[in-house]
Amino acid sequence: MTALTHLSIAAALDALEKKEFSARELTQAHIEAMESRRELNAYIIETPDIALSQADNSDKRRAKGDKAGLLEGIPLAIKDLFCTDNVQTTAASNILKGFIPPYESTVTRKLFDDGAVMLGKANLDQFAMGSSNTTSAFGNVINPWRGDDGRDLVPGGSSGGSAAAVAARIAMGATATDTGGSIRQPAAFCGLAGIKPTYGRCSRWGVIAFASSLDHPGPIARTVEDCALMLRSMSGHDPMDSTSAQRDVPDFAAALTGDLRGLKIGIPKEYRLDGIPAEIDTVWEQGIAWLKDAGAEIVDITLPHTKHALPTYYIIAPAEASSNLARYDGVRYGHRSAEASTLSEMYSKTRAEGFGEEVKRRIMIGTYVLSAGYYDAYYIKAQKVRRLILNDFTAAYEKCDAILTPTAPSAAFPIGENEDDPLKMYLNDVFTVTANLAGVPAMSVPAGLDARGLPLGLQILGRAWDEETVFKVAGVIERSAKFETLPQMLRKAA
Amino acid sequence: MSMDKETVRKVASLANIEMDEAELERAAAQISGIIDWVEQLGAVNTDNIEPLANVANIELSLRADSITDGNYQDKILANAPEHTQGFFVVPKIVEQQS
Amino acid sequence: MAYLTQGETGEWETVIGMEIHAQITANSKLFSGASTLFGAEPNTQVSIVDAAMPGMLPVLNAYCVEQAVRTGLGLNAKINHTSVFERKNYFYPDLPQGYQISQFLHPIVGEGRIEIDLEGGKVKEIGITRLHLEQDAGKSVHDLHPSKSFVDLNRSGCALMEIVSEPDINSPEEAVAYLSKLRMILRYLGTCDGNMEEGSMRADVNISVRKPGDGLGTRAEIKNVNSLKAVQQAIDYEVARQIEIIEGGGKIVQETRLWDPNKGVTRSMRSKEEAHDYRYFPDPDLLPLHIQADWIAGIKETLPELPDQKKHRFIGEYGLSPYDAGVLIAERNRAAFFEAVAKGRDPKLAANWVINELLGILNKNATALDDSPISAAQLGALIDLIADNTISGKIAKDVFPLMYETGKDAGQIVEEKGLKQVTDTGAIEAVIDSIIAANPDNVAAYRGGKDKLFGFFVGQVMKETQGKANPAAVNDLLKKKLDA
Ligand SMILES: [Mg+2]
Ligand SMILES: [Zn+2]
Repeated sequence: MTALTHLSIAAALDALEKKEFSARELTQAHIEAMESRRELNAYIIETPDIALSQADNSDKRRAKGDKAGLLEGIPLAIKDLFCTDNVQTTAASNILKGFIPPYESTVTRKLFDDGAVMLGKANLDQFAMGSSNTTSAFGNVINPWRGDDGRDLVPGGSSGGSAAAVAARIAMGATATDTGGSIRQPAAFCGLAGIKPTYGRCSRWGVIAFASSLDHPGPIARTVEDCALMLRSMSGHDPMDSTSAQRDVPDFAAALTGDLRGLKIGIPKEYRLDGIPAEIDTVWEQGIAWLKDAGAEIVDITLPHTKHALPTYYIIAPAEASSNLARYDGVRYGHRSAEASTLSEMYSKTRAEGFGEEVKRRIMIGTYVLSAGYYDAYYIKAQKVRRLILNDFTAAYEKCDAILTPTAPSAAFPIGENEDDPLKMYLNDVFTVTANLAGVPAMSVPAGLDARGLPLGLQILGRAWDEETVFKVAGVIERSAKFETLPQMLRKAA
Repeated sequence: MSMDKETVRKVASLANIEMDEAELERAAAQISGIIDWVEQLGAVNTDNIEPLANVANIELSLRADSITDGNYQDKILANAPEHTQGFFVVPKIVEQQS
Repeated sequence: MAYLTQGETGEWETVIGMEIHAQITANSKLFSGASTLFGAEPNTQVSIVDAAMPGMLPVLNAYCVEQAVRTGLGLNAKINHTSVFERKNYFYPDLPQGYQISQFLHPIVGEGRIEIDLEGGKVKEIGITRLHLEQDAGKSVHDLHPSKSFVDLNRSGCALMEIVSEPDINSPEEAVAYLSKLRMILRYLGTCDGNMEEGSMRADVNISVRKPGDGLGTRAEIKNVNSLKAVQQAIDYEVARQIEIIEGGGKIVQETRLWDPNKGVTRSMRSKEEAHDYRYFPDPDLLPLHIQADWIAGIKETLPELPDQKKHRFIGEYGLSPYDAGVLIAERNRAAFFEAVAKGRDPKLAANWVINELLGILNKNATALDDSPISAAQLGALIDLIADNTISGKIAKDVFPLMYETGKDAGQIVEEKGLKQVTDTGAIEAVIDSIIAANPDNVAAYRGGKDKLFGFFVGQVMKETQGKANPAAVNDLLKKKLDA
């Protein structure tokens, strides 16, 4: 059965269609794998009963000859930021421990309507705030990849559980969210593909908010094509999300032609940073060469405000978060302090006990930058710089069709590193955060391994609503990189 | 501009997060570091630049005024830490809100 | 300035601005599809959006936008083509999101003005600063448990218009007139039912005092002033309090105070040491609201005739007194009822019947005009019977309560009770003759110059004919016979 967990989504859909195995068999294989790799802590809760019943329903639909859904019978991990009807949803925070939503997020509903199967709720950085999956109230997630020194590495974050699960073959794909890089960086750290689509492509309804103007749901999977299949199912206008666009959803997978002739790929000089490992530059150069080989024209571009993106992000995201997280007050759901006798204590103790350190830090920063006397200097200033960053992309896309950069400034690092210095941790998002500020689509695709045998990713950014070009370019990198290496823990098993 | 402990205390009270003296001390140091760092934006020329609140380049869509939701008290109260007779229950409110 | 308060150090002028929260008449809430109906079981008219469950997002109710625009037009105000929803952040148990979605820097409606009616037919213009859309909070119940408060979110998320006036109001009477006029306009527009008992309209009053000619004094904001009576009393109390403090050498603190209707005082809502810091910022879940000019024009076309216009027309077109016109236009349905009765009839007579008889009897029975058992057509038909001499005005007043009780037409009642006026001069003459014959002394006295006795003879004839004799005919014939 092991082989079933190593299939791509596309291959599994094919085999299911040909009745080579059933959705129940496929799901059962994943449940067994999931149970055998609990040391990764990729899931907060496993939902094998739901998975099997969804798989059985899928098999029934196929037996009846119903038109197969886009993801008919495919077992997925659901990031525990997506509210799932009648299944605990926590955002990896104690403040939501035990919370059972009486509703289903739009994205997961679309996936399940298309026949997908939920294996469980994937771990994450608390309220999606982090780049290492070490801020979860449910413990760290361990990257299935290991360096040559054998230390436990972070899977990246915030979608660390999603990425670890997909890399460890205990889910075929996973839902994820990306506010500053939380899909792309863990995908890169775990040797996976992941796309943050255009803002407004996937509904945020039912996704626990971190920073509303920056939050993007999207998929993580093992191949570019699998991401394309998942994104197609997850996308589409949602009248319940006022920022969701009325746009047709293309067949993203059809864009994977491998032919880049006529495309111009921009290389932004501002992404060459001092102090970045040489291997990252090497992979980037390699990527450029592959795209050239596939017929693309390489052009130098400039994104002059890139270096201001991270501080801009660390004003806007905490500001929105400080307000979005005000609803966790112990009144209607979630944790309420047992120590509180007055109303004021109920608030301050509940929130002190319920939120983790990083979450509190960001709420404090956000409260401060919005407070009287500081609003213009910080928040309005950041919004203005945000427009300059968007303008950078608009200007760049007059010269090119897509942009190629590294995804992250390093490969996966050991758990505990960067822990004591939040600023150092924030630098993880230095290449990814601009796409969130500008709302443009961006994808990470595995491009090679560093000297320690750890995956490195390249990032492809596209014009708003042009995920197809992003997929097309990513497909070429993927094919050229021939990235087939398995995480160490799976090599013996495979 | 570095944040002193008193500013952090005020921010913590606005954010309604209880912090003891040690936590305030630590937060003051860490948040100051971050605030000092974001202040580099002050050097960016933003003259005549409109603030950008949301990149969604679409018209705000509106809904029709029809009753399509509600009438499920059980769902609303199901996760409540304390409720009775259909109400959420909280410690007595002594101050009136302005 | 007409209204001045005498203090120990001289006269004081009062400066008042009002913030009115008016709940928009709509089926569903501002950002969710839950019902807005008043009086339901706690937490039933609450959606997962209103309860601010994780991941919930607001979607704006188009009709509420239309209602706000309609109100803005009714207040002669500027409609802003772009407005922005912002979050006002604070913690309170009946505020589920931890913020109220409101409008701050860019409200949907800008400056406008309305006229208020003062005693003696005087009119004063009050400036409107702005009108913005916002969510209502839920309700906290404090008296069901000794140490707990109970929270009901039914009202949470209902659409409010906050209407802010300029500080143009200078007396409690003007404040009452302003609130009454605003309420009337909203009811005409159908944008708020104006029901203050149910909290559909709530007033916050900003009050300061100053010596005439001085700059603005420090103001106190009085909350919870939720009836016309309370407005009057709260201002009286607060003006006296402020004058006393200043004259005693003290200073007014800018603060929020609460009107306590039971004790008849305002008291400080002592909040925490630091001032509120609401940290307004644009709600990232919503985009700016753009309103097209032609859409506004379309709403303008559907605007009803507003109270002031109607009043002036009633005075001009029907020749009514300003007082009668004011009574009739106070409610839109009342004015319409009057116009239906007046159509093709004597408008003053119609006004008298509507104001004195119909409103009187409805009031006595605590019945709304819409539930009146007498329709406008029925009242009109009654007036027609007077006009064509079928019955006298006096008989009509007897017929009217019967119509009210039975719902029958006037004609039918007159028929059944045989109340038709006697206009047959022969019959009346016969009655007169017999009365003259029966009262020789009075006849002699009358003829001897006691003119006042004429009324006695009229009364006798009417009595004899059970009031059915045509009064004009009685007069004519009596004169002829007595003076003969
Ligand atoms: Mg106000
Ligand atoms: Zn208000």
